Amino acid sequence: MSKLKNEILSMTALELGKAISLTEVGVREAVEATLAQIEEREADVHSYVTLDAENALRNADYIQKKIADKELTSPLAGVPVAIKDNMCTKGLLTTCSSRILGNFVPTYSSTAVERLEKAGAVIIGKTNMDEFAMGSTSETSAFGPTKNPWNTGHVPGGSSGGSAAAVAADECFFALGSDTGGSIRQPASYCGIVGIKPTYGTVSRYGLIAYGSSLDQIGPLAKNVSDCVAVLSEIIAHDEKDSTSVDYDITALKNALDGDVKGMKIGVPRDYFGEGLDPEVASAVKEVAKKLESAGAIVEEFDLSLVDYAIPTYYTIAAAEASSNLERFDGIKYGYRTKEFAGLHEMYKKTRSEGFGPEVKRRIMLGSFVLSSGYYDAYYLKALRVKALIKKAFDDAFARYDAILGPVAPTTAPKLGDSLSDPIKMYLGDIYTISVNLAGLPGISVPCGTDSKGLPIGVQLIGDCFKDDRIVRLAYAYEQMRGEFPTPKGGIE
Amino acid sequence: MSKQYEMVIGLEVHVELATKTKIFCGCSTAFGGEPNTHTCPVCTGMPGSLPVLNKQVLEYAIAVGLATNCEITKNCKFDRKNYFYPDNPQNYQISQLYLPICRNGRVDIETENGIKSVRIHEIHMEEDAGKLIHDDWYDASLVDYNRSGVPLIEIVSEPDMRSAEEVIAYLETLRNTIQYLGASDCKLNEGSMRADVNLSVREVGSEKFGTRTEMKNLNSFHSIMHAIKGESERQIDLLESGESVVQETRRWDDAKECSYAMRSKEDAQDYRYFPDPDLVPISVSDELIESIRAKQPEMRLEKKKRYKEEFDIPEYDINIITNSKHLADLFEETVALGAQPKKVSNWIMGETLKLLKEKEMDPEDISFSASHLADLIKMTDSKEINSTVAKEVFEKIFFEDVDPKKYVEEKGLKTENNEDLLLEVTKRVIEANPQSVSDYKSGKEKAIGFLVGQSMRELKGKADPVAVTEILKKLMS
Repeated sequence: MSKLKNEILSMTALELGKAISLTEVGVREAVEATLAQIEEREADVHSYVTLDAENALRNADYIQKKIADKELTSPLAGVPVAIKDNMCTKGLLTTCSSRILGNFVPTYSSTAVERLEKAGAVIIGKTNMDEFAMGSTSETSAFGPTKNPWNTGHVPGGSSGGSAAAVAADECFFALGSDTGGSIRQPASYCGIVGIKPTYGTVSRYGLIAYGSSLDQIGPLAKNVSDCVAVLSEIIAHDEKDSTSVDYDITALKNALDGDVKGMKIGVPRDYFGEGLDPEVASAVKEVAKKLESAGAIVEEFDLSLVDYAIPTYYTIAAAEASSNLERFDGIKYGYRTKEFAGLHEMYKKTRSEGFGPEVKRRIMLGSFVLSSGYYDAYYLKALRVKALIKKAFDDAFARYDAILGPVAPTTAPKLGDSLSDPIKMYLGDIYTISVNLAGLPGISVPCGTDSKGLPIGVQLIGDCFKDDRIVRLAYAYEQMRGEFPTPKGGIE
Repeated sequence: MSKQYEMVIGLEVHVELATKTKIFCGCSTAFGGEPNTHTCPVCTGMPGSLPVLNKQVLEYAIAVGLATNCEITKNCKFDRKNYFYPDNPQNYQISQLYLPICRNGRVDIETENGIKSVRIHEIHMEEDAGKLIHDDWYDASLVDYNRSGVPLIEIVSEPDMRSAEEVIAYLETLRNTIQYLGASDCKLNEGSMRADVNLSVREVGSEKFGTRTEMKNLNSFHSIMHAIKGESERQIDLLESGESVVQETRRWDDAKECSYAMRSKEDAQDYRYFPDPDLVPISVSDELIESIRAKQPEMRLEKKKRYKEEFDIPEYDINIITNSKHLADLFEETVALGAQPKKVSNWIMGETLKLLKEKEMDPEDISFSASHLADLIKMTDSKEINSTVAKEVFEKIFFEDVDPKKYVEEKGLKTENNEDLLLEVTKRVIEANPQSVSDYKSGKEKAIGFLVGQSMRELKGKADPVAVTEILKKLMS
């Protein structure tokens, strides 16, 4: 069985889906292989907050039958998937890696999860994350950090660190993450896998526990670009339950996987290669531009202004929305409630003080401050204006380019414990990813090398709104030229 | 009191809209229901749930805005009002601060000195909160989210009213207008219409506003009248004794007929309003506005004018009938079926109002059909039934909406028209009551009443008393 297990685990999601449809692999076999791998790796990696092994096995048999009956025809039918723990799953603990939701079992599933289930994907469990998606390392989880499968002395990135690590450690075949300021792309980059944050509004946010509602977007993390597109094909759909959801035609996206990038124009912002960028990351990313140029794309350097303003703008808007979004966690209706209290006010105060971790509290306070009377205009309103200017700067760039190419993060995965001591430094690490959320754009992270420590480096491609297909086209072409990317060997530095 | 004071009053009126479903989810707005049965993840503030605007709410708000001469905000937005309270499941209320749906309107009210305009500052849409119930036995508070997410509009007037009478006239006009639109039933006692009174006093002739207080918990016109009187006197007493009015929110206690301070301006919360990122800005098209405008019904003032021209009924009747769209509809439908307006008006003003009062019902609770009233009137016109029987049948129509033709047929209530029978009965009555006959003949006109009564009794009330009187007179002449 052990050889078979590794054979299964080495497959991509689409390869496994194909093998299942050809009855070369059974759904139960795939689930069992995944559970065995989790058994082996979880102690080191800690990707999961909650495992749903029993249900996964039960569902495996049910799905197997439906595949046999030709009721399920999705290429992902029978493929094990992990879900970030900020997406509601009916009847399955959903904690946002927070003590305050430590006992929360939703009565409904998020639309994205529902769509995957309908396609026949098998949910293995819920993945660890930064508490309420606030953090860039997955260390702010109330249930302990997730570790990078490439080197467990390092973080996997965040906030979708559990999802990224689970994919990289073969603890699932693909995963859903959410990206508010880089939370899919950055951990994908740190863990040597592919992650896509699609255009805002293309995937329903219903059932995604909100951090920054105007920035949050669900997307896939998987072993390669094709897998990500297969996942997007299932989860992109207009949803009446989400007012910000749009009707987006995925035909172009599906047709983007042919390697043809001739004549496509790529802009490389000089501003993305300045101070603070690790030279090893810089050269790996520039190498990608050269490869695409050799395939017929036109690469040009240009100035993308306002990059410096992105971080304060992002942290103002995201924190403001978060401060309001997280008000509902009050000990009244669900979740954690403090044991002893005198009166309502103290119940609120103690519940929230004990239920939220320090990073969440920091952002609630920051958000409450920028929205408070007398400061609203100076901070929140100004941030909204800068956001509009950033969008305008991208609009100008996309009038000339099909995509913008740059790094995902300034460095490869930092060591565990290095980031939380200096939150400002951690915030600065988001510089290349957050403006994409501010402007609602699609972005993709693709592995493009490893540094001298053996940690993966990712390249980011950013596209115009609803032009997700263009960055996917470029990413796929690059991936084909790059060839097989190594898998983590594990170990501690 | 040497100085002359005047009141300056502005109103914030909350109106619950008559939509079938809630403002941001598909749950029922029906009143009553077991606690927390009209709820879903959205209106209980479950994590990850998202609001989606009920378009009917927008349409009602625009309809009220048009009827109150407001400008409609074509790009409007919802904002979050953040405050912690257990009846508010998200701990923020979705409301409108920055771009309310309607602004700069006007309501014309009838006062002793003729028509007066009260300006409308704005109308905004928002969601209602749930209900807290304190259980003294267990010393616990329970919350029912059935009302959470029921759509409201808040109508904010400018401080244009100067007396309690003007306030009542304004509220009655507003209520009437909204009922005419079908946008709400506006029942103060059930809370589907709630008014907060902002009141200050100043010396007559002064241009400057005094310090105002806001009064809450006013759930009848009666308590509004009393609260205004009480609060203005309290403020004048303060000023007269050299003290100053404190800007604060006061709660009216209807039983004790006095108000007490709830919170002062210093305790005012910072609601940290900001645009709700879960709801996209609403763009109101000209087509939508025009289609709503085209559907606006005839309002009360126009209706009154038309009634005066079309129907020969007293102004008093017109005032009462048009005060309720339901009564006005009933009146017009019955007239349209061929009944004489004056007679319809008499049935409404007489028996209908009497029964409403007896049963403590509102005109909106009337459930009988105009066609049955029209038939009843036809039957009395043709003397098929007499007026006593008609009243009896009307009660049946009022409560059970019976078909009067069938009912009269089944119960055998038709007027007895058999001449021979009438003659026979009246002759018998005359023979049996010689004293009354001689009284009548000696000039005591009243004595015939007794003979008519006796004859009607023998005929089991089913005769036309006028016809019976005629026969008796003829027989005795």
